[in-house]
Amino acid sequence: MRPVLLATDVLIFVLIAAVIGAGFYVRRQEYLLASWRRVGESRAGMAALTVLMAFLAVGLLDSLHYRPRLQGTNGESGIGYATEVRSVLDAVLMPLRNRAEKTYSAPLATHLYAKETVEMPDGKQARVFPRLRHGGAHLQDPEAQWGVDVAWKTARGVVLAAAAWVVLAALAARLAARHWRVGWGAAWRRLWRGETRFAWNAVLATAGALLLLAGPTASLAVDYHVLGTDKVGQDVLYLTLKSIRTALVIGTITTLAMLPFAVVLGIVAGYVGGWVDDAIQYIYTTLNSIPAVLLIAAAVLMMQVVIDTHPEWFATAAERADARLLALCLILGVTSWTGLCRLLRAETLKLRELEYVQAAQAFGVSSLRIMARHILPNVMHIVLIALVMDFSGLVLAEAVLSYVGIGVDPTTISFGTMINTARMELAREPIVWWPLAAAFVFMFVLVLAANLFSDAVRDGFDPRTHLRPRRGRVPGVVA
Amino acid sequence: MIAYILRRLLYAVPILIGVNLLTFTLFFVVNTPDDMARMQLGIKRVTPEAIEKWKAERGYDKPLLYNEQAVGAAKLTDTIFFEKSVKLFVFDFGRADDGRDIAHEIRTRMGPSLAIAVPVFVLGLFVTVSFALMLVFFRATYLDFWGVVGCVAMMSVSSLFYIIGGQYLVSKVWHLVPISGYAEGPDALKFLLLPVVIGVIAGVGSSTRWYRTIFLEEINRDYVRTARAKGLSEIRVLFRHVLKNAMIPILTGVVVVIPLLFMGSLLTESFFGVPGLGSYTIDAINAQDFAVVRAMVFIGSVLYIVGLLLTDISYTLVDPRVRLQ
Repeated sequence: MRPVLLATDVLIFVLIAAVIGAGFYVRRQEYLLASWRRVGESRAGMAALTVLMAFLAVGLLDSLHYRPRLQGTNGESGIGYATEVRSVLDAVLMPLRNRAEKTYSAPLATHLYAKETVEMPDGKQARVFPRLRHGGAHLQDPEAQWGVDVAWKTARGVVLAAAAWVVLAALAARLAARHWRVGWGAAWRRLWRGETRFAWNAVLATAGALLLLAGPTASLAVDYHVLGTDKVGQDVLYLTLKSIRTALVIGTITTLAMLPFAVVLGIVAGYVGGWVDDAIQYIYTTLNSIPAVLLIAAAVLMMQVVIDTHPEWFATAAERADARLLALCLILGVTSWTGLCRLLRAETLKLRELEYVQAAQAFGVSSLRIMARHILPNVMHIVLIALVMDFSGLVLAEAVLSYVGIGVDPTTISFGTMINTARMELAREPIVWWPLAAAFVFMFVLVLAANLFSDAVRDGFDPRTHLRPRRGRVPGVVA
Repeated sequence: MIAYILRRLLYAVPILIGVNLLTFTLFFVVNTPDDMARMQLGIKRVTPEAIEKWKAERGYDKPLLYNEQAVGAAKLTDTIFFEKSVKLFVFDFGRADDGRDIAHEIRTRMGPSLAIAVPVFVLGLFVTVSFALMLVFFRATYLDFWGVVGCVAMMSVSSLFYIIGGQYLVSKVWHLVPISGYAEGPDALKFLLLPVVIGVIAGVGSSTRWYRTIFLEEINRDYVRTARAKGLSEIRVLFRHVLKNAMIPILTGVVVVIPLLFMGSLLTESFFGVPGLGSYTIDAINAQDFAVVRAMVFIGSVLYIVGLLLTDISYTLVDPRVRLQ
């Protein structure tokens, strides 16, 4: 196989590297560490972070792309590679990906959801629900065996999940015991009762819940379509897992793309003032005054024309779809940087008048250095809060934009395209609810986790929230 | 005050010029009219004559900025820039790429858009402010906690699901109102009911939380303590004192969207088949009708600037300390 680096893959890995780098930086800065500790105390925030990490793991697996080697020789060149780009996630989920049915089938079903005319063994024709090609194909007599088989496989999944969780918990207890120099039992009690500053018990409980969901799902997915199949017989579980990467890319790379503009222009406008300030304010007022959907629509339509008229730029269909995804991120970034830019300008205007900045000016420190060394670190909390708060909004926006027809490429699997293809299915008789329900649940959990985590980050970093006496103990959701 | 408004309107001119230049660049420089013609007529197998004909019919066959063949002032006016962009300033939108008059479409479609957007706006504001005040009244209790949890959960649901779910439950399962459609006059009520209710519900989560934060900022101020010390009831304190003092941040977020109500809601109108400006925009986007998109961009910017001006004026109404000069 030959590795393929899509543009969004590169940006995702750059982002991960930046986060790790920032982690090392924070470790050395006591005041930042204090804020992060406050974030770590939030049980809801840490539970949400655990869920986000699970989503992130799926998204990262889906970001390692390659082109599989073709079997047999391919003419003169020797080795040939398929034009289809796969990811490691595809390889892991290969059974799900390849076991397509003919059309709709309900979750865990053994028969198709639509009747078909089939030839009976005695030569007559009959309208029946035919057996699925893959779902429950190992059962000799589905009516009798199905219940026992599903129950047994669910139980197997639960046992495996419980075992995995016990191993995880033991590992945590072992590490904690070593750290505090106490026995395993004592360490575990401290962790579980929440006697630690970091909300370890929330993390462990959430990890347990996730394992409990993932275990039976994986165990059943070997033989069944756990979330059913869609109109063309694709496994819905596979589609939802593939949608996660698209959502993560839109939610993170958009912010990454707009961050340099917002930070540099915001700080420069606030610090330098004068005509520079006027010019920057003019730019963002102009961009802001165009309704966002229309600006995105205009830009995406134009981008589509560019992509369509230059097919020679892209070697594979995946690269083309990826170019459109990246373009969408950049466009969303261009339309959404103005809010952060305005906030940073206002904050810089305030900071500019403070004593330490004036002292630096009196010492003859250059403006560039003052902005980089004295202003930027003191507005970083605003940047961070904006970053985490934008994420959920962007994930939701992707679905709406894909519905309007200006979102991701129709061949890219995303929550938006899933909803778009499935939205008429509730009007069917009998109704097909599982593709919509699956997209709804996964999207809801992702966005809810992102919202809870961003609340925790805001509470930890916003100076106003922790100077104010906290009323009651309302974890995480103090607004 | 009048002088202030006039000056603000003058400030709007460079912004609108900027908007026009931006859309002009996007629509005519990034892609030439030839590209657009090819998109409309199909990428492959399209003759140069067909492209020329398409361009000539829609007036895209002129030079972009400067016409050397023309005489006098027509050197500047007989161009795409003048015909398609400058004329927007006098609200001359021209014709859509399918030949229909855009201004006429906008006039007829404004009614249905407003019929949904205005009730959603007014009801939504009333419901969310009351709900937020209720949460603040019961602050630091379980009601407040679960109210906020509910708000966070509600804002984590995509608006698509509110519409799809609402249509399914109310129209398909309970058969209360038609799934989609629109009628003029009193018949419109049964078509409008569901979109309005869904529009209000979809906005409850984030707005309530936002207003609750604003009210909580006010609740610890000295004037509130004084009001309580005077022996006023908590309800009276909240509605008479806190609400009034929280008006400035509320107006900042609310007034600016009032003019934009004309634009309608893209999703609601398209799902419910309402012939308003929102569905007009969506249809134009899907048909890649750039003339309509350009017109809507311009109208949107004008309305946004009007909204900013209205916001400033509304400050003077609620806060006598604010003077515009």
